[in-house]
Amino acid sequence: MLGRLGDLVNYTSYLNRDSMRSLVALKRYVATRMVTMFGVLMVTLLLTIALVGSNMDTILKQGVTFQVRSEITDNPAIAESFSSVEEFEEYVQGQIEQRIITFGLDEPWHSPQRLGLSMFKILTLDFGHATFLTSDLGSSDVKDIILEKLPRTILLFTTATIIISIIGIFLGALSGSRVGSVVDRITSSFAIISSSFPVWWIGMLMIFLFAFVYQIFPARATPAIPPSDPAYIGALLYHMALPLITIVMIGFGAWAYLVRNFMVGIMQEDFILAKKTIGIRQRKIIYKHALKNAAPPIITILALSLSGSLGGAIITEAVFDWPGMGRLYFEAITVMDLPVIIGATYVLTVFFLASIFIADLLYGYFDPRVRTGN
Amino acid sequence: MSNITPQEIRREFARSKIGIAGITILLSLIVTSILAVIIIPVETFKEWNDPSSWLEYPKAAIPAWTNIFLAEKIPEHKILNSPKITNIQGDISLTSHQFDLDYNYDDFPNDMIYEFSAQYEGAPLLQMSVIRPDGVKLDLLSASLPYSDSQTTHNERIFSTDRTVQKNAAMNTELFAFSLDGMSAEDVVFSQSNLHIPLNGHYIFVVNLYSVGSENNISESKLIIGGKAFGAMGTDELRRDLAVGLLWGTPLALFIGLVVAIASVVMGLLYGIYAGYRGKKTDEVMMRFNDVVYALPALPFLIILSVTISNSIFLMIGFLMIFGWVGIAKVSRSMALQIKTRGYVEAANMMGQKNSKVILKHILPQLLPYAFASIAISVPAAITTEAGLSFLGLGDPTFPTWGQILHDANEYGAAARGLWWWIVPPGMMIAVTGLAFVFIGNALDAIVNPKLKR
Repeated sequence: MLGRLGDLVNYTSYLNRDSMRSLVALKRYVATRMVTMFGVLMVTLLLTIALVGSNMDTILKQGVTFQVRSEITDNPAIAESFSSVEEFEEYVQGQIEQRIITFGLDEPWHSPQRLGLSMFKILTLDFGHATFLTSDLGSSDVKDIILEKLPRTILLFTTATIIISIIGIFLGALSGSRVGSVVDRITSSFAIISSSFPVWWIGMLMIFLFAFVYQIFPARATPAIPPSDPAYIGALLYHMALPLITIVMIGFGAWAYLVRNFMVGIMQEDFILAKKTIGIRQRKIIYKHALKNAAPPIITILALSLSGSLGGAIITEAVFDWPGMGRLYFEAITVMDLPVIIGATYVLTVFFLASIFIADLLYGYFDPRVRTGN
Repeated sequence: MSNITPQEIRREFARSKIGIAGITILLSLIVTSILAVIIIPVETFKEWNDPSSWLEYPKAAIPAWTNIFLAEKIPEHKILNSPKITNIQGDISLTSHQFDLDYNYDDFPNDMIYEFSAQYEGAPLLQMSVIRPDGVKLDLLSASLPYSDSQTTHNERIFSTDRTVQKNAAMNTELFAFSLDGMSAEDVVFSQSNLHIPLNGHYIFVVNLYSVGSENNISESKLIIGGKAFGAMGTDELRRDLAVGLLWGTPLALFIGLVVAIASVVMGLLYGIYAGYRGKKTDEVMMRFNDVVYALPALPFLIILSVTISNSIFLMIGFLMIFGWVGIAKVSRSMALQIKTRGYVEAANMMGQKNSKVILKHILPQLLPYAFASIAISVPAAITTEAGLSFLGLGDPTFPTWGQILHDANEYGAAARGLWWWIVPPGMMIAVTGLAFVFIGNALDAIVNPKLKR
């Protein structure tokens, strides 16, 4: 993630200086961004469908067969009205073929009609029914499943991102204003070291340490009691502690380092030096003037990581067995539950694109050169 | 982006402490890789996922060196395969294999297995006995091998859990001051006679094969004393020697990381420079395409690709490259935009030099320091992404990467069962490898990007 954040900052700063000279340019910029984002969304969808399409056909056809058979078992009168087994089988086959044609499954997935229909359905958030997975409440509607998992991912990862950014901004401002001090050196080296540890591995270690050696937290993050129980929320929060601590521990270093680097740049600017010479207190300079000037990139990154945090959770959730979007995605992949894969990919992509878009806009908005239009 | 010469970079790099640290770690990783390739035969790592090739090894054994720190010594798993052989041929032929074992642990072994291959004619008699440190001799087995008219080869594994072995061992009630009921053979053999605690000292296991009127021979004779500690790195639940996996993981990780990083940076650099240099419509179109790739959610796509197309390690490297070059292309484009306005580039243009020449001769060299820093910084990302995919079980099963070891560890609940030697070393290797490149990258970055200095 750090790499992407870094890229974005580099890139937007160049881009803004080049092309965002006037309001017209800004409008044009927003428009092109929106078109690009929509294009990306379409490309992502097309790619996903293309990758899973042939599998999807087989599964959908099996689904039709299953549906016909279960309708007949539900209604014994149909079966009784036939005299021989052959006649009955013929009727069933006829029903199946008829439905396959009604659903348009006789054409391959890449026929323009089918492709258009599936794209339209996905765009209108109609993901269909999951093949294997169900929500905790037993619904197999992909939308229900996603709506159930998404809040949990938001709960864990958004909380973590907020904590990370608060610690990060504070530590970063502190070490950026005292380059070379003990705080700075510890923060910088912690950031560098923590960035090369995979979060999920630290997660395994944390489970080993705090669920096995010292049995403070549960090893699996899914609460054992059903969601309808009033104690569920408490249990969920308790189970959330270990993953939250892990994500924060590994995440705040990178944040602090980024903020520090912005601050280092700003603390060298003339107006800060001038304020120092006038004799304004160091603390006031850091928190009022310097941090205010570092705000645009920081807020941009905050926006990016807040909504971006929803997507980057697949491996971490798998380790902690956290019942959110990431684990859903992973489970869907392992059993090849295609409607869920497509639905989850779509939702993750939408959030990811929205975050990039908002981050771009915020950067433009906070950069005074864009607002004054010169 | 600046006008630092390579000499200056080298000089500054030599002065940077973390740069030197990074290079040192990297060199030791390269040495490890070379050692792995030389010491461990390629066949061993190909058999990584074949359970039958790891049968001799213990299950989830702790590294042997932990005994140094423990007051109660854990029995080490021993594979004795070089017995003292005596061969007497005559009316009655005797082949005798004698295994020496020094046992100095505070617990009983898990099991004993004798594995052999005998060549004989008729129905020879196989006798197995042990002489304990206290001088007591226990007979473990006395049985004839299956009858054969002609010269034959017979392979067998005799387990200490065999009923005859167990019964023979439990018959020695008069030697022991406690009841032997229901005790396994190794609990009897390795026990002190007055108390049921391990008897330490020198054991001699003797295997005799007698046959009348014909010659016989035993080959591939192996005595396995099953322990709970093994080797430098221990073993996993599937009895695999983790040292092999960890060593072989090093060249694989370096290969994946370096190939992905170098290829992505070269691609991104050329793409970005070309777009920036050509400018106008070309730039616009190329950057829009760049935006599209940039906004693709990488991990979900990598997962779908590896599930639907192939999880071969080489294709995986390709997939990682698809997502690797984008950021670099953006930065190098903006750098190219600035460089192309410089006098000497414009001069070269005016003199009518070819585009390719201007790019390769005048712009690219300016970006090389940035390129090297980017390569170093991209390597850990590639390694951790591959490890993450392997961890999810989507990696190439034919190569034992560190991520795969961690995947197996997670699968068998290593963390919750306290099998730390299965979790800590692979993760440490990933982190240390990443760290080496992050150190080098940061040192380079500080030189190339003077804004961060001070």
